[in-house]
Order: sequence, then structure tokens, then C-alpha cells
Amino acid sequence: MAEVKISIRNLYKSFGKKQVLSGVNLDVRTGESLVVIGGSGTGKSVLIKCIQGLLVPDMGSIKIDGEEVVGSRRSLKNIHGKMGMLFQGGALFDSLSVWENVAFSLLENQNMNRNKAKMEAIRVLRQVGLAPDVADLSPSELSGGMQKRVGLARAVITKPEIIFFDEPTTGLDPIMADVINDLIVESAKGLGATTFTITHDMASVRKIADRVAMLYKGKIVWQGTVKEMDKTEDPYVRQFINGSSQGPIKVEI
Amino acid sequence: MQKKRVEHFLRTLGKPLVKFIIGLGELSSFVIKALYHCFTPPYYPKIFIRQLLDMGFYSLPVVGLTTIFAGMVIALQSYAGFARFGAESAIATVVLISVTRELAPVLSALMVAGRIGAAMAAEIGTMRVTEQIDALITLSTNPFKYLVAPRLWSGVIVLPLLVLIGDIIGIFGGYVVGVYKLGFNPANYINSTLQNMEPIDIISGLTKAAVFGFIIALMGCYNGYRSKGGAQGVGEATTNAVVSASILILIFNYVLTEVFFSK
Repeated sequence: MAEVKISIRNLYKSFGKKQVLSGVNLDVRTGESLVVIGGSGTGKSVLIKCIQGLLVPDMGSIKIDGEEVVGSRRSLKNIHGKMGMLFQGGALFDSLSVWENVAFSLLENQNMNRNKAKMEAIRVLRQVGLAPDVADLSPSELSGGMQKRVGLARAVITKPEIIFFDEPTTGLDPIMADVINDLIVESAKGLGATTFTITHDMASVRKIADRVAMLYKGKIVWQGTVKEMDKTEDPYVRQFINGSSQGPIKVEI
Repeated sequence: MQKKRVEHFLRTLGKPLVKFIIGLGELSSFVIKALYHCFTPPYYPKIFIRQLLDMGFYSLPVVGLTTIFAGMVIALQSYAGFARFGAESAIATVVLISVTRELAPVLSALMVAGRIGAAMAAEIGTMRVTEQIDALITLSTNPFKYLVAPRLWSGVIVLPLLVLIGDIIGIFGGYVVGVYKLGFNPANYINSTLQNMEPIDIISGLTKAAVFGFIIALMGCYNGYRSKGGAQGVGEATTNAVVSASILILIFNYVLTEVFFSK
């Protein structure tokens, strides 16, 4: 068994009276692509935010490369240096141009010279299929698919060890979604990065996942490879991949 | 029945109080954090300069218009009043004191609060709800250093400069009304303004301005930073930023006047 990159143990998080995560246990191995699936409101986003330290869990442990990140500001800073994140809405800074967005880390953290940073940004933009003349546009001038690409370029420019994808295909048409999936696979493979994705798009899961974990009611109810997912008799997984309203998963209205 | 009513009464009394105290605590911790990050590197001079321009340079027309009419109306009103005692000669001094001590700082600050405090809250609030602040954190950039500190610095530095210009324009407004409408001798008016000018008038006004600048930037950042729930949340944050800044400006105006001038 490969080395464990991210290890999550007994993670609890609640907002007021609402228990969102109730004892998540999950391992992500080095170099693999793990996809967490689950319905809306099952705590996928909360899970990803806890791992990144954007939310502080109530209880439990998250170790990245064996280093505990819950409650430790220094290790959080440390891990932010080796990870990238593609946000659901892109989360591009609209006060900056496209290339300044992509090169943000190079400019602000590595103090790279602006010309050099711009060249680098254009190189990475090309990797995600964007022409160099996009570099000087403002993010608001781009379509949703292009914004996702820019977000991806920003996430990978520092060659991170771990990349997080928050619903990478939400809001895109099926073809653009497939293009983004390809780009995700390509860039992750190219960097040899460990990736952690949350999604409810099954096409995306089949394309990018090495392993799948299903989150339901704040717990991981099933995990396995994509092949195992297609064969499993697990009623939760079956219902989810078939997209049926009948089954053990009750939609809370 | 009686007990329930008492309970209900106490609850309606207690709930806002508890909320207020929690809010006060949140604000205090925000202020302490913000101040800490104001004085620790890295600094972001580019963002600071952009804020200086937005807050200072582009506010000049608004501040100019506000203070010139304030100076003019003071000259007119005090003439109407002082003519009753035959004390028209005091008008230049009245204009000087009221503009430098009160009108220029307070009115400029209120205008800037509406212009800039709202814009800050809207910008930071939008960044919050579109996850741009989360993105900053994952890019190893502290949002307090990147967003809050440059705005606080520019608020504290820019408002005194604006008020200094406002002082001059306001006094000029008084001069225009005094000379062209009320028929004062121009040389006499200027002389009496200069002779009666005391450093404390200007210094107190500029100190007030620095405090008001801090309040405006703080309320803009604070309300924007904690806004949630999409467009509506940002709208609320914007309103709160302007309203709370305006009220705090008026309260601190009194407090500072008390500090400077009460004997």
C-alpha cells in the first residue's frame, strides 16, 4: 500500500445545532486521485474547507504528510505552500488581470520579477488551453469555462503536491465539463500530484477518480475504486450513481 | 401565565443585549487582529497606493463641494445672527473655527464614509461570498495584511489630507460670501482670519480626521469581511458599514472635542 498523504480521523464539525461532519475517516494516498461524492448539503465542501484550514473542525485530526494541521497555524502555512485549489466559482480576484491572478503566488510569495512571472503565467495558461491574449483581460470578461481554466492555471502554477477541486464541472455544459476533466487529469499526472476532488457529477468521477469515497450524513459510507463502485451492491452508492429518488438516501427538503 | 410573560419580557430584553455584547467582542478581536497586521510585514504598497487614490484623490470633488457650501452657509447664517449684536466683524473667526474644528472634518468624513466605506464593504463582501478571501488564504496570503491593513493605513493618512484641503476651501467659501455678498473688505477679512487662527483649531480637526478615517476603513472592512449569504448579505454589509461609520464618527467627534477643548 502506498504512502498516505492526507489522513483524516474522526472529524466532527457542526454549525449551531446542525451536525455536518460526524466522524469522517478517510485516507488519501500519495499520487492518487480521490473523489468524494455525495448529495448537496452532505458536508463535502465543509470537509474540503476543514482540510485546508479554512474552517476549524470541532474535533478530530487531519494529518498531511504526517503533520497535524488542526489547530496548528504553522503547519497550515506550511501546507498552503504545497497545495493548490480550484474553487467552485473560480474565485478569481476581479481586481487583478488574468495573468496576475495566475501568477499571484509567484508575485506575492516568491517575489518573482513581473516580466518573468507574466511569461510563466502565459506558459501555464497555454497548458490549460488559453491563448496568450487572454492574459491581459479581466476575469469578468471571461466565460465560465475560461474562468475555470484560469482557476486551474492558478492552482497548478506553483507545482503543488496536493490539488483540491471543489465541484470542478458545476455550471459547465457537458462538453466543457469533459474538457476541464481532461485538463485536471493531465495537470495532475504531469505534476505527479495527489488530488482531492468533491463532486456530484458522475461523468467527472469516472474520468478523474482512482478511488471514490461516498459521503452521506457526515460520514464516509463507502469507498473503493471506480470498478468496485460499478459492481458494488451498496444501496447508497447504487442509488447515487443511478440518480434515483428511491432508496436509502432521503432528500431532506 | 405571569411567569411566562416575565420570561418573555426578559428574553426580548436580553437577546439584543447578548447580541450586542457578542458583536462588540467580535469587533474588538477584529480590531486587534487588524492592528497587529498593520504593523507586521509583508506590506502591500501597490494596494495601499490604489486605496490612497480611491479614497483621497477621487474624493476631492465631493469634499470640495461639501466644505465650500458649508463655509458659505456659516458666513451667511452667522451674519444674520451677529448683526443683531452689531458683531459682524467676528464672522471671519466664526467661519474659521467652525470650518476647521467641526465642519470640514465631520462633513468630509461623512461624505467619505458614504463613498468609500460603502465601496470597501461591497468589495470585500463580494470577495467573501465568491470565496476570493478563501482563495487568498490558500495562496498563502493573509487577508488581513492584503485587504484590511492597506485600507486602514490609507484611511488614517488620507482623511487628514482631505480635511486640510477642505479647511482651505471652506474658509474660502466663507470669504466669498463675506466679501461678495455681505460687503466685507477683502483684506480685512483675510487679516482677521489669519490673526485669529490658532494651531489647535487645525490640529484638533486633523486629529479628528485621522480617527474618522480609521473608523470608515474599519467599518468598511469589518462589515465586508463578515458578510455572508450572497448579494443580499453584501447589500446589508454595505448599509451597515455606512450607518455604523456615520454614527461612530458623530460619537467620536463629541468625544474628541471633549478631549481637546473641555476645560
